[in-house]
Amino acid sequence: MSAGHSTYTPKTGLGRWMDARLPLPRLVYDSFVAYPVPRNLNYAYTFGGILSLMLVAQIVTGIVLAMHYAASTEVAFNSVEKIMRDVNSGWLIRYLHSNGASMFFIAVYVHIFRGLYYGSYKAPREMLWILGCIIYLLMMATAFMGYVLPWGQMSFWGATVITGFFTAIPLVGEWIQQLLLGGFAVDNPTLNRFFSLHYLLPFMIAGVVVLHVWALHVTGQTNPTGIEVKQKTDTVAFTPYATIKDAFAMIVFLAVFAYFVFYIPNFLGHPDNYIEADALKTPAHIVPEWYFLPFYAVLRAITFNIGPIDSKLGGVLAMFGAIAVLFVVPWLDTSKVRSAVYRPWFKLFFWLFVVNAIFLGWLGSRPAEGVYVAMAQAATLYYFAFFLVIMPVLGLIETPRKLPNSITEAVLEKKSAGAPATEQAKG
Amino acid sequence: MSATDSTEHTRRDFLYVATGVAGAIGAAGVAWPFIDQMRPDASTRALASIQVDVSGVEPGMSLTVKWRGRPVFIRNRTDAEIEEAKAVALEDLKDPVARNANIAADAPATDLDRSAGEGKENWLVMVGVCTHLGCVPLGQAGDFGGWFCPCHGSHYDTAGRIRKGPAPTNLEVPTFEFVSDTVIQVG
Repeated sequence: MSAGHSTYTPKTGLGRWMDARLPLPRLVYDSFVAYPVPRNLNYAYTFGGILSLMLVAQIVTGIVLAMHYAASTEVAFNSVEKIMRDVNSGWLIRYLHSNGASMFFIAVYVHIFRGLYYGSYKAPREMLWILGCIIYLLMMATAFMGYVLPWGQMSFWGATVITGFFTAIPLVGEWIQQLLLGGFAVDNPTLNRFFSLHYLLPFMIAGVVVLHVWALHVTGQTNPTGIEVKQKTDTVAFTPYATIKDAFAMIVFLAVFAYFVFYIPNFLGHPDNYIEADALKTPAHIVPEWYFLPFYAVLRAITFNIGPIDSKLGGVLAMFGAIAVLFVVPWLDTSKVRSAVYRPWFKLFFWLFVVNAIFLGWLGSRPAEGVYVAMAQAATLYYFAFFLVIMPVLGLIETPRKLPNSITEAVLEKKSAGAPATEQAKG
Repeated sequence: MSATDSTEHTRRDFLYVATGVAGAIGAAGVAWPFIDQMRPDASTRALASIQVDVSGVEPGMSLTVKWRGRPVFIRNRTDAEIEEAKAVALEDLKDPVARNANIAADAPATDLDRSAGEGKENWLVMVGVCTHLGCVPLGQAGDFGGWFCPCHGSHYDTAGRIRKGPAPTNLEVPTFEFVSDTVIQVG
């Protein structure tokens, strides 16, 4: 749908001059003004825009913080406290950045779940999905390294545990860990390189985001029905329809963000990170940031050896596998029907998956003992079964509901059935 | 192909291949220093050994010192702790290897081979880093009265041997020696 020819006509002499030399206004017009989007997009589809906004917000606040922060184990902790107490508005900028990371992950999780629910990963959007997975991986690396920078107890021990994953690799594991740390333990060289990479990775994310949006504009967006756009009446112009809807969602999202920043700025953090890093004392209970908790629970669920793989390597493989499996989702789902709206069984298993993921997150915050271990094992089993068993099998045996012929038909049917107007802001 | 329909190798083919090979080797040669600089630097590697005065460490007391950025536990064990460790059959151990850098790599994890050796069996010197994911275990805690790692629940006994939990191996015994009766050199 986007492959159609451009409808941009420059109106001024300067516009025509520019268009003949660098048609940037044409690109913007075609991509964000005239670009046709399905008319039935709901608010779940606004999180892509919100994520772009959060990326910009994190880069802006991060660049400012880097002007006041010093990456040395001697002064890092104090320089963060200096930002909080001495730097003008420093407290605000730091809270925006630290809570912004959490907001970024809230948005990305909604975005990923939306993609899973509406089957956004299916042909011809596999590359779009994979690029999204790469962005998610880069986000995790960035967030992890950013959390180390304040050089608190959780920073230090989080870094120790996570770089410790690599020692599970046979033969070369220890060498890789020392390569990452620049020493035998987390220390000044580690902090310095993490700062450097924490500054670099957001720009790499921005680069992959460009590819992600490019891929999106080649295939066009999916929509809640999962039916491809077939006729002109199926779409509306990006501006003003999608622009204003995205903008409204952003404002609501920013209001939630502001509530965290101004009223509960440390709610998502951990009090131990206000204690300076101590290489000789591990906190009683190490937990990663909330957005890593489900994967942390998977890591700890593997307490048994699997054949030649010991429990340590098994846990690390399971944790990385939980992310890696996302990359092959387009080929695991065998269903011809894209959207869960028309797949009653998939819809059920999907919501179970969401509940299970949140449950795993909660388990990740609990100590690894007693009944929690067994629960984490059960939840980990469902996590993998959803992708590796339910997705392939369900597509073959499920009877989907009848699909409408087009987006337009679906929208009009809904209207004539007297449905409330909430989902039809663009209808 | 060139204008002459020849399938012979021309000078141009040679130049293509030669340029490609030189480029690949050159790229690898340039890449290596950028990887190599990530590894522990000379000053980090130079912190090879430290000397610790243990004259004030009575039976039942421990000392934690920092060596190569990591804690090293030095414990003067009580007789009860030694007896407890000796009573454990090797078959009951998750990791039956001593992991003691001072003796043979495949030595069994008997209490004697874990300790400072004959006559100094009361001394236990270990890197205080859990072999699971690198946390510092808490002393005299856990189900076996030795060490307990709070991060993921690994239990070590009074000889620092893994008994329960996700850690794969016993706590590592670093290279060390008694340079006098009261001074231990680690590293």
